[in-house]
Amino acid sequence: MEDVIARMQDEKNGIPIRTVKSFLSKIPSVFSGSDIVQWMIKNLNIEDQVEALHLGTLMAAHGYFFPISDHVLTLKDDGTFYRFQTPYFWPSNCWEPENTDYAVYLCKRTMQNKARLELADYEAESLARLQRAFARKWEFIFMQAEAQAKVDKKRDKIERKILDSQERAFWDVHRPVPGCVNTTEVDIKKSSRMKNPQKTRKSVYGPQNDVRTHSPTHTPAPEAKPATEEQLQDQINYWGGQLDRHRLKMSKVAESLLAYTEQYVEYDPFITSTDPSNPWISDDTAVWELEASKEPGQQRVKRWAFGINEVLKDQVGREQFLKFLESEFSSENLRFWLAVQEVKKRPIREVPTRVQEIWQEFLASGAPSAINVDSKSYDKTTQNVKDPGRYAFEDAQDHIFKLMKSDSYSRFIRSSAYQELLQAKKKKSKNLF
Amino acid sequence: MGEMDTLKKEADGLKAQIEAGRKAVNDTTMATLASGVAAAPRVQLKNRKTLKGHLAKIYGLHWSADNRHMVSASQDGKLLIWDTYTGNKVYAVPLKSSWVMSCSMAPSGNLVASGGLDNMCTIANIKGASPKTLRELDAHEGYLSHSRFLNDSEILTASGDTTCCLWDLETGKQKVIYKSHVGDCMCLAVSPDQNTFISGACDSSAKLWDIRDGGCKQTFIGHTSDINAIAFYPSGTAVITGSDDCTLKMYDLRADQEVNGYQDAALNAGVTSVSLSSSGRLIFAGYDNFNCNIWDSLKAEKVGVLSGHDNRVSCIGVPDDGLGVCTGSWDSFLKIWN
Repeated sequence: MEDVIARMQDEKNGIPIRTVKSFLSKIPSVFSGSDIVQWMIKNLNIEDQVEALHLGTLMAAHGYFFPISDHVLTLKDDGTFYRFQTPYFWPSNCWEPENTDYAVYLCKRTMQNKARLELADYEAESLARLQRAFARKWEFIFMQAEAQAKVDKKRDKIERKILDSQERAFWDVHRPVPGCVNTTEVDIKKSSRMKNPQKTRKSVYGPQNDVRTHSPTHTPAPEAKPATEEQLQDQINYWGGQLDRHRLKMSKVAESLLAYTEQYVEYDPFITSTDPSNPWISDDTAVWELEASKEPGQQRVKRWAFGINEVLKDQVGREQFLKFLESEFSSENLRFWLAVQEVKKRPIREVPTRVQEIWQEFLASGAPSAINVDSKSYDKTTQNVKDPGRYAFEDAQDHIFKLMKSDSYSRFIRSSAYQELLQAKKKKSKNLF
Repeated sequence: MGEMDTLKKEADGLKAQIEAGRKAVNDTTMATLASGVAAAPRVQLKNRKTLKGHLAKIYGLHWSADNRHMVSASQDGKLLIWDTYTGNKVYAVPLKSSWVMSCSMAPSGNLVASGGLDNMCTIANIKGASPKTLRELDAHEGYLSHSRFLNDSEILTASGDTTCCLWDLETGKQKVIYKSHVGDCMCLAVSPDQNTFISGACDSSAKLWDIRDGGCKQTFIGHTSDINAIAFYPSGTAVITGSDDCTLKMYDLRADQEVNGYQDAALNAGVTSVSLSSSGRLIFAGYDNFNCNIWDSLKAEKVGVLSGHDNRVSCIGVPDDGLGVCTGSWDSFLKIWN
């Protein structure tokens, strides 16, 4: 952000700053809201006014420039006047101003009896609150405020105007008007880790220490702790194991990702408009009703041909697949697979009984729906069933899945039942392709 | 400290060898191949609905599997369950601790989970006259940053104590602990086939785990700061990560490395959340700068912006049917776009 500000302030190509003659006096060092928007559009590759306003408002909210007659830090595209914030007050100096500083500031304001410096309601409330909180220290705070007011009086009038407004803007960022965004807020997930090595805990009005100008607009990663011996050994073991991993060529991988996206693009409502219409746009919930009904639309049926997982994912697909297999008297594989999937989700106390039931139905000798598993998986499963857990049938299920994929599934897709479903809707609905 | 030095040399040596192995298969870039693909249409999404009801920053949201309901968590100490289409609040679950960081809903729609600085994951049953706390999963030693249900009996959690964990909801005990990260775990995502999951952490790496045996199968490096958000590509063969270093990256599981990066020199804000459209072509990423950018995942170009929030976008979600995208923000509103 600071780069952009620097460019804005550049004398030749930046925003023209001028002194405006107003009612009774001159308003020094200002530029208008529309100036900023124009400059941004010209110099920052921003396409439209909305984006420019957004970016500008962000910068204002962080405190890099501010409207001179408003506490609320936003950017408006009109004649409202703005001023740049002095680098001393930039957020990059990691200010965390204390409430005592705020108290001094508010107190000082009350001492200067100029109409334009009157406290706003929320500021008066804050001052009252702080007075109660710092009752004992108040004398000290009062003295500090007095001292500062004295110094201010000595300054040149115009300089004072500018400095006053900049100070006020600084506090608008760190003690925002209620209802405004507080840009100094930190995500609680990060704050519990940050040791804040760079936060300056110095008083805003204290002696001027060296002001470091680094600008992290995002929190820098805290230094990693040096690894322990044990951790290093773990790492070595891990990376050693990864060494012989088979890696697919980038070209193949990229091609497959491209192919996937291409295949599914027509199912992506953001790219291809849905038929019937997207309920969010047209207020017509037909598309959800269609999903819930048992009648699969042609697009949905087409998707089942992409791969066995698509059929198994879709409830109607599963039903149709099962129906087809039952007509061929070969449904035991699918029923086994579905039963095993279901038992994996059951609460643990129900698992042993279910496992027994599945064993009896599909695998025990003389089982009513006997499935064909290779002997290795069969032996392993027999062992597992003695001490039944959720994954007792894992090996058998893998074997059956492969069988279904190569055999039952391909038959299903080629079957007349499936083809009918695919064609049936085509006649009724508009041709989408 | 000769021992440490030798170990360190060995570790570095192995890593270098692996990098070499990865480079070896790097015969082309995604960008080259994607140049042949038609450009994604310039996406201009409109705000269709704004869900108002929270009184403080929203930290998390999760769509229900029915594509209509959603749970959201806010620092006002409440979980709200919405019927997003009508905008009605169906349930409000009061939380014991208002420092909540995440929430999730079970695929069945019966349970919701929440957790945060209290280091616990609280499970509530929302099907009933009024929401009841079912379990409090209390074994993590750090804050709970993320959680996802596998089903009504199992849930995965990611924690600031650098571990992730699979819990059995019946007993309330940990079943599997996933240890390998050296920084706080910030996010997790479950693969479409539910056999594996990925986690992103503050050590700038993302790891792929086998859910059953707890082993770390793959590690992806490349980010230079905390990984705040992670999501699976719908094919299950790639993952997208978003980080505080202001970039997003796509890692492919089969190539075992980064295949695409999404960054913009002008972008100066960290990524807080990530979600993908149903084909995977569009990536929705929420940033610290109050905006959400839409990226073409193949060509790595920005194709749109969602602006409308007055504060940081903390969470994003696309429902399973992909009909819209919802953003949740620190400005206490949830907005649905398409």
